[in-house]
Amino acid sequence: METKIGLEIHCQLTGAKSKLFCSCSCEYRGKEANSNICPTCAGLPGTLPLLSRRAVELAGMISAALGCTVPEEIAFYRKNYFYPDLPKNFQLTQYNAYGITSMGVDGIMQYGDGKSARIRRVQLEEDPGRLVYEGSMETSPYALIDYNRAGVPLVEIVTEPDFADPKDVRLFLDKVTSLIEHLGVCDTRLEGSVRCDANVSVGGGNRVEIKNVSSFADVEKALRYEITRQNSMASRDIEIKSETRHWDDARKLTKESRTKEEEQDYRYFPEPDVPSIVLGSEFPSLVSRSMPELPDKRKERFISKHGLSPHVAQVLIDNKELADFFETAMSAHYLPREIANWIVNDLMGFVDEQQKEERSILAGLKVTPGHIAELARLVDEGTINRSIAQQVLAQAVKTGEMPSQVVRKTHSSRIDDSDELGRVVDSVFKAEQSAVQDAKSNANAANFLLGKVMAATKGRADPKAALELIHKKLAEQS
Amino acid sequence: MELFRLDAMQVADGIKKREFSAEEYIQQLLERIDRVEPKVNAFITINRKEAIDKARSIDKKVRDGEPVGPLAGVAVSVKDNICVKGIRTTCASKMLENYVPPYSATVVIRLDDAGAIVIGKANLDEFAMGTTTEFSKHGATRNPWDISRVPGGSSGGSAASVASLECAVSLGSDTGGSVRCPASFCSVIGIKPTYGLVSRYGLVSYANSLEQIGPAGRTVADVTAVMNAIAGSDRNDHTTLDMKPDYSSRVPDRRFRIGIVKEFLSGADPEVAKVVYNAADILTKQGCKCEEVSLGSVEYALASYYTIAMAEASSNLARYDNVRYGFEMSSEGYEWNSYYAKVRSNFGEEVKRRIIVGSYVLSSGYYGKYYLKAQQVRSILKQELKSLFKTYDLLMGPTMPILPFKMGEKIDDPIKMYLVDIDTVVANLAGTPAISIPGGFSGGLPVGLQLMADEFQEQTMLDAASLFESVTHVQRSPDL
Repeated sequence: METKIGLEIHCQLTGAKSKLFCSCSCEYRGKEANSNICPTCAGLPGTLPLLSRRAVELAGMISAALGCTVPEEIAFYRKNYFYPDLPKNFQLTQYNAYGITSMGVDGIMQYGDGKSARIRRVQLEEDPGRLVYEGSMETSPYALIDYNRAGVPLVEIVTEPDFADPKDVRLFLDKVTSLIEHLGVCDTRLEGSVRCDANVSVGGGNRVEIKNVSSFADVEKALRYEITRQNSMASRDIEIKSETRHWDDARKLTKESRTKEEEQDYRYFPEPDVPSIVLGSEFPSLVSRSMPELPDKRKERFISKHGLSPHVAQVLIDNKELADFFETAMSAHYLPREIANWIVNDLMGFVDEQQKEERSILAGLKVTPGHIAELARLVDEGTINRSIAQQVLAQAVKTGEMPSQVVRKTHSSRIDDSDELGRVVDSVFKAEQSAVQDAKSNANAANFLLGKVMAATKGRADPKAALELIHKKLAEQS
Repeated sequence: MELFRLDAMQVADGIKKREFSAEEYIQQLLERIDRVEPKVNAFITINRKEAIDKARSIDKKVRDGEPVGPLAGVAVSVKDNICVKGIRTTCASKMLENYVPPYSATVVIRLDDAGAIVIGKANLDEFAMGTTTEFSKHGATRNPWDISRVPGGSSGGSAASVASLECAVSLGSDTGGSVRCPASFCSVIGIKPTYGLVSRYGLVSYANSLEQIGPAGRTVADVTAVMNAIAGSDRNDHTTLDMKPDYSSRVPDRRFRIGIVKEFLSGADPEVAKVVYNAADILTKQGCKCEEVSLGSVEYALASYYTIAMAEASSNLARYDNVRYGFEMSSEGYEWNSYYAKVRSNFGEEVKRRIIVGSYVLSSGYYGKYYLKAQQVRSILKQELKSLFKTYDLLMGPTMPILPFKMGEKIDDPIKMYLVDIDTVVANLAGTPAISIPGGFSGGLPVGLQLMADEFQEQTMLDAASLFESVTHVQRSPDL
């Protein structure tokens, strides 16, 4: 049956520095509850919203980067509903029912290999405060309200239901995340700075919203669960209700919302205190000009200028931190393919999934771009072979020592001295006499001898040189 | 000398010339307040200690030869929906019974900088919703000219305190006539400035797109001085325009083309109409050209006004949920939705009525039918006014179509009550300025004359008011 998935991505504009309608900081994390507030974001009587120009510019960048049309004039609407995390009991947002007022509409974004998804709209709005419970929401005897987050600028990206496969959703989300990282609009490493709700329908049935998904990996899991659930219901001719379901992180399933979310009437109307903002016809081009290099361009450059494979380039680009790491390492020693391979194939092995989810891949590692650049150089110059290099990297990851230091300390540099290698080969020949006899008639047995040489030197021998010596010695003996 | 009788300009002048001290003046006013408040009830809070402290600091500056500002020592009452830091701002509502704002409104800061002294917080209809100042948790304010009658509203405390000589000038807010109506009923001057001329930062919102803070005073010179102190752009209010005006209250040489609005007079009490026609005669004698004009869309003004005002109010008042500030009521044992319901049942009847109607007109399916239509009327009205102001400098009519009525007379009939706002709501819908000036009396009751000008033409309005004031002697304060 046909599956249709649409997404609502919320991204905090931490790059705007201030809240959307007052000068309080975006940095609410780790602060004492209700200390990051002022009369305006606390919604005190008589206060008026003062729109942050910076937030509008950043939201404009996101719209432009998602290929949206940016209108010449934008406006804000009040979305009215009662909830304790809303200081004014309405949220300032944008609304397109009575004419386009949002930051962007009708965009399209390519992702994966030749896939694309349409963007319905990009809008700017205020984040609500946070409710804090003791334990879970269901069992907590109280709810505490922290307004530190209230008013932080939030961009909502709404896609058309253009996805059929949860895997594609994941690819798309990775791309969007990389895009906002490259734009510098959002520090995606901060907890809760990027959130995603999804809606799913199968076989043209009712749409189900999935909320409360905390990570992108879980978006994929939640969608898989939900599609299976809906398909199995459909196959038994049970009608799928149009509803909002919550992702249960512990049990890895979606469940009916405890509170019945009836069809809410938000009584939208234009915010009288924020006059409509004339961006002008120049705004999109001004914004585009001030935008940094975007992931697609960067990937193209990695491939065409530095000779990376599309796959390796993609892995680097999907996380701006990694792409930056690569570029810094490359500027130390221009060995782009060597460096890229070390990052993508080896270094990533030391990063656990949790860290990847949190977009802070390199935070726990003691390895800098300098480490990888040096490692690549040591390999490139033939000082160490690949398997040794892997051990060196493992050590460097643990201690933060430079690769050259590790090599020196463990005497793991390659045995260049042919006399020394000759002595090792002699001793192996002495110990493995039957293998030596075999080797004279069977080429594979020579490899066994090589293995013994490598073991005896703890891998420090140059396998090519050692094999040559073995063949030479076999020839002498026959 | 009875210092409390002095106009604002006389007070500032006398203090600067050291004819009397600001402290003596404030002391006399506080005594006056104690004497007349039992009859008038114009104040919710009297700011005794701080007023005297400020007076002393002004006296010290005068002695030290430091500058003290154009309103030095002048006592001003501030409507209790305008925030003054550290003084409770109740909006005459149970919902804000204990609310003490941590900041001052821009207008209050500007008046303070000009040397004025906040003597107290003036009574109003709850959240400025009303035409009589009867809907106050702190009891009704009474008309000082006849304490059995209403003083008008919603800034009834402001106008009554000025007419009762409890202060020299006052700040009110005008959403649909709330400064002009009580000015008319109390025989003082009241201004509704052009939308965007005066900062609303610190004014507790009732209907944001309609309202402006405006002064009430006993002379044109006094309200002009207050306008000069408070008007001009404010970076805390994005709806203010980038300007800093400087108005004059000199009697002008210029004579005006005045349109007498037919629709304003046809629905008015004949006694009221008589005063307006008499005023037109006076102005004609002075060389002004007065002729009758028609403002056809007035017919739809009230419906448009109440639709927009109530829609905005329903959203503005949503924040009063007693979670962050408000009054004593434990939340123990409530689920939050039921707590909200319980808390919000403490709004007064009129406020509840407006929240409910406002929510209805915004609800899905009705938005186009009511709110959008009201906005269309608004733009038609604007255009119609714009074209009239091509021919006329000013439009004139009564401020209120009726004389001050008895307390309780209309309180149970909201529609009857809304109808008397017919002449004032036009300026709020159009965003244009209007002034109410004492026009005369009928049977001992004041009649206000309303002058309307094109946007930002406050000076034209003040000029005509000065001219009228210079050739008439309409009493501004009764014997109490």
